[in-house]
Amino acid sequence: METQDLEQNSTEQETKISDNVVLTATDLAVFYGDFRAVRDVNLEIRRGEITAFIGPSGCGKSTVLRCFNRMNDLIAGARVEGSVKYHGIDLYGDQADAGEVRRRIGMVFQRPNPFPKSIYDNVAYGPRVNGVRKKSELDAIVEKSLVGAALWDEVKDRLDASAMGISGGQQQRLCIARSIAIEPEILLMDEPCSALDPIATARIEDLMQEIKQQYTIVIVTHNMQQAGRVSDSTGFFTTEVNSESDRRTGVLVEFNSTQKIFSRPDDSRTEAYITGRFG
Amino acid sequence: MTSLPSLRAEKTPSRSAKDLVFRIFMFAGIGIALGSLATLLANVIIEGAPRLNLDLVTSMPSARPRRAGIQSAIFGSLWVVLTTAAISLPTGIGAAIYLEEFARRDRWYNRLIELNVQNLAAVPSVVFGILGLAFIKRGPLGLGSTVITASLVLSMLVLPTVVIVSREAIRAVPDSFRQGSLALGATKWETVRHQVLPNAFPGILTGTILSVSRALGESAPLLMLGALTFITFNPTGLDSQYTVLPIQIFSYISSAKQEFRPLAAASIVVLLAVLLALNAVAIFLRNKYQKRW
Repeated sequence: METQDLEQNSTEQETKISDNVVLTATDLAVFYGDFRAVRDVNLEIRRGEITAFIGPSGCGKSTVLRCFNRMNDLIAGARVEGSVKYHGIDLYGDQADAGEVRRRIGMVFQRPNPFPKSIYDNVAYGPRVNGVRKKSELDAIVEKSLVGAALWDEVKDRLDASAMGISGGQQQRLCIARSIAIEPEILLMDEPCSALDPIATARIEDLMQEIKQQYTIVIVTHNMQQAGRVSDSTGFFTTEVNSESDRRTGVLVEFNSTQKIFSRPDDSRTEAYITGRFG
Repeated sequence: MTSLPSLRAEKTPSRSAKDLVFRIFMFAGIGIALGSLATLLANVIIEGAPRLNLDLVTSMPSARPRRAGIQSAIFGSLWVVLTTAAISLPTGIGAAIYLEEFARRDRWYNRLIELNVQNLAAVPSVVFGILGLAFIKRGPLGLGSTVITASLVLSMLVLPTVVIVSREAIRAVPDSFRQGSLALGATKWETVRHQVLPNAFPGILTGTILSVSRALGESAPLLMLGALTFITFNPTGLDSQYTVLPIQIFSYISSAKQEFRPLAAASIVVLLAVLLALNAVAIFLRNKYQKRW
């Protein structure tokens, strides 16, 4: 009787978790060789929300973001401790293939990095490598993705033009279109606006609001105002200097709703950063 | 009264002198290089002029200087160089892709391969000739004095350079393309196939044409392998006997009859023309496919 209850309870709990929480990081630490770049990250990313990571340079926020779709695998000597779970499945476990992880958890990079191909081929790249061959199907995906990234009206007449010839802001929206073409569940954005002007930045921020119901977004930003404007939850990272080796390690100081972080944060270091006293 | 700041360069006599000396050195350097090349060219063109006509390329070598040509040598060179390209390009580019994209630097065997490729590029060509003589012409393979023997040896000779230039071209492809591709769920090979290779292609092409064209001018290893100096037929296959332009030139020059000298000079002009044509093709292709990002 008792065991049955327990089982039922745990099933209920699991359903509840998988309903809301898409990513869970537990005691996450990342090493580059012997150097511990970031430690003790515990957080949950909730579906349909925009989560922002803020903090001074070198605090490990991008490193943590890159753990979420295993892009750190590409850096020789990078090693992850602790766990990152996607709907309860360990991203670094035996059951997870890096390609499959990245298909479900997409990424937009700091500098717009369109491929030197046509606009159409950029968006169709993901579907193509994932097995979509039919022209009509690809056409539909390309249009839907470009509409989704608020770029369709600007480029619909020149889909065959090179993606290198459009403006930086358009390129970044193209990269977003390219990512959402394979319909990931989560979209990781690594300072997506840092190379853009304020107008292009505003367009990307509007776009994030529009698509956040469909794609859970995690964004790393240097810009505190941006985090305050767009995000629902915020994680504040900072660096700690190891007095023995004089090396810096990033730590997650506080993870809370954005409102709380910006009005009455729990940690004094968060408050100091938010009010502009350091960083 | 305060003096106004002067924007004139402060040129002391010694600084100006150094400047001048350095300029003279630079012009002397380029002058010597271009001058000797021009002298050589003028020399062979003047000497070879009487024999520079269509008969040269349509006639076979002959003991009588009046009737002798270099057709079999031209065809022999083409056979050997094209076969060399067919062998060395796939292997060399494949090795370059492995070393750049797949090999883990922290493995000892990859470092060993890398070190060896660098060293092999500096090995004198005659050493490859000896190797080919012992293991390919005779020895285990025993292929004899044939086109395929020459091509295998020349492939070994150009392979390190092909690997090195292909790696350079692959390395020049921005990492952001690889990351963008991998982040879309593409596998490593798909990324190489769809992003790295198309973008590295112009560089690989020009680099490899230049390295393979080196095989065209080689004679030392082929002398070891017994390329024949007197062949009056064109190669018909990989197992044919053959001669090549540099060997033919060598044989005409070393001939006792003075009448062969203009023929040798004319052959040199032909060889240089073929080499220049290959380099021109390389430059044309580079300009045509060059990409900016």
